[in-house]
Formats: sequence, structure tokens, C-alpha cells
Amino acid sequence: MATHSHHDNHAGTEVAPAQTGQIWKVFWILAAVTTLEFIIAFFIKPGYFKTSLFVGLTVVKAFYIVGEFMHLKHEAKGLIWAILLPCLFVVWLLLALMMEGGSIFMLR
Amino acid sequence: MATTVTTESTAVFDKKTWMGGVEPMNASYGKLMMWFFLISDTFTFSALLVTYGLIRFSFPAYDQAIHGAFQFSTMYWPIPDKVYNAFPFVHGMDLPLVFVGLMTFILIFSSVTMVLAVEAGHRMDRPTVEKYMLWTILGGFAFLGCQAWEWTHFIHGTEEGMQVKDVVDGGVRTVFGANLVENQYGPPAFADLFFFITGFHGTHVFSGVLLNILIFYRTATGLYQRRGHYEMVEKVGLYWHFVDLVWVFVFTFFYLV
Repeated sequence: MATHSHHDNHAGTEVAPAQTGQIWKVFWILAAVTTLEFIIAFFIKPGYFKTSLFVGLTVVKAFYIVGEFMHLKHEAKGLIWAILLPCLFVVWLLLALMMEGGSIFMLR
Repeated sequence: MATTVTTESTAVFDKKTWMGGVEPMNASYGKLMMWFFLISDTFTFSALLVTYGLIRFSFPAYDQAIHGAFQFSTMYWPIPDKVYNAFPFVHGMDLPLVFVGLMTFILIFSSVTMVLAVEAGHRMDRPTVEKYMLWTILGGFAFLGCQAWEWTHFIHGTEEGMQVKDVVDGGVRTVFGANLVENQYGPPAFADLFFFITGFHGTHVFSGVLLNILIFYRTATGLYQRRGHYEMVEKVGLYWHFVDLVWVFVFTFFYLV
């Protein structure tokens, strides 16, 4: 690394200029959403509204990480569905077992 | 795969058939298999988080009207703000979730440096790939260090501990910290799930750091430059982003909700 004298795109090499604008934009979105989650954690009373806000914001973060960082948004449609559909079954399992937990609580 | 087979002269087959030489879903073999591995890993982590949901909802939630002022008790599930409120070097201060928030930012940031390395790889810009791989490795180690501190604090507990009444002889004793059998924060299952979920995630971060070091070494020795593409950086990048993604979910369901 030390032997290279690399100066972005002015050195006349065949290296193309960096295209990092979108990456940093996504970073700021993720940082802002995480900060918002912090504010919500302290200023909104516990309840269904708070929980659904958290879940909603988590899905937003997941969308940007998977869609932009993992590039899934720009892949072929078949691949997108191959990844998304199995996850929907997980959501169903989560809801079913949370209700199951509630009924275990009632039986105790 | 595609680099070893020429597809230009073989127009006999429809491009969409899986006869070799063409890439199903426009993704290379390695990338596709990484995606399918990540889906299977998603199921494993989901199983752990679903278990958390099931067990948590089978315990009473803390309610000020019923239980009075909050204190650690095996009668109800603890509030995360009250458990995770410590920060290194500031002893005795109540800083709920600040340290976990810092860990979240460290991981998001190392995810950004990873995607910057992938971007540089697309442009065959070797020094930049090296630079951002190093930042990513540093972020990974920083996160692991934070988690080591978090676990140590969780295991040792606070000075007050929690008073428990023995069921058998009625004697009162104090529990400090946590292990798999009992803990000072709440029901035993609470600490068990903490160890399993954050431990399993931490193991993933650790193996991710090892893979990142391997990728950095191979970039620095010029292997990918000679190969003509930096796809390995992309594949390991997918894994690293996945680890970040899992932490986003752990952060929400374990620490916030």
C-alpha cells in the first residue's frame, strides 16, 4: 500500500472515480432511524403503539441494509422473491408462537 | 463459474435454462449459494428470536400498578432499560441502552466500510479495497470488544444483586450477576436467552472478522487483481451485512421492545 501513490481519479490510472454518494445516503438514513428509535425508547409509554413503531422502523432499516448494502433491490426478480417469500413464513411463525406464549401465561 | 465457460457460441440452449454456462437469476454460483446459506441462517436466528417471544409472553410483564416501583424480581420479565444501563469507565451512572446503541453504530459503520470496499472492488481499485477492509476488520474487533465487556458486566452483576427467597427452607439470600441456572435480573430464562442469542450473534461476528481478514490478505497479495474481479469481497460482504442485519433485529426485539 505504501508503494502506491494513489490519488483518487487524478493520477491518470484506469481506476474509475468512486461512486459512494448512495452508500453514504443509506448510512445517514440508518443512523437517523437508530437515533429515532432511541428517542422513542425514552419518550413513549410501553404498549402496542410503541412496539409497532419499533417493528416498523426495524423493517425500514432491514429494507435499506438488504436492498442497498446487500444489493438485493437490484438483483433479478426471481432472486428477490426466493429470499423474501421464506421470510414471510417466519413472520407467521413468530406471530403464532407469541400468541401461544400468551396462552401459556393464561394457563399458569 | 462463468469465467471458465464461454457462452457466446452456444446459442443452442435458451438462456433461461439451467444447462451450465448461464447464470440462473443473473447471479453467479457463489453469490447465489451465499444467499441461500443466509436464508438458512435467517431461520436459525428467527428460531432463537421466536423462542424469545414465546417465553417472554409466557411470563407476566412488569406493571407499576401491580408490582410497585421497579426492582429485579423472578416474578416478572425485567425491563431492558433497567438491565442494560451501564457504560465502561463511568461507574454507578444510569445510562440506559447507551452502550448497546454505541455497539449498533459500530456495526452499522463497519457495514458501510464493507460496502465501500465492495464498491472499490468493482472499479478494480486495490488500495481502496485494502483500506476499507481494514476499517471493517477494526469495526468487527471493536464490536467484539464491546460485547466482551457487556457479557462480563452481565455475568458479574450489580453491587445490590437481587434478594431471593428459597422455596425449600424459606431462607433469604442474594443473587449476583447471571449464569445459566439463575440471575439477578429476572426469571432464569431471561439470562439463558441473553447468552444464547447474543452469543450466537457474537460467534457470527467473530467468524465474519476471520473471513474479512482472509479477504484482506488475499487482496493485499494481489490475488483478486490477478483473477480479474473482486467477487469474493462481495460474497463475504453479503455475510457481513447479514450479521449487521441480525443485530438490527436483536437490538429491537431484545433491547428495545
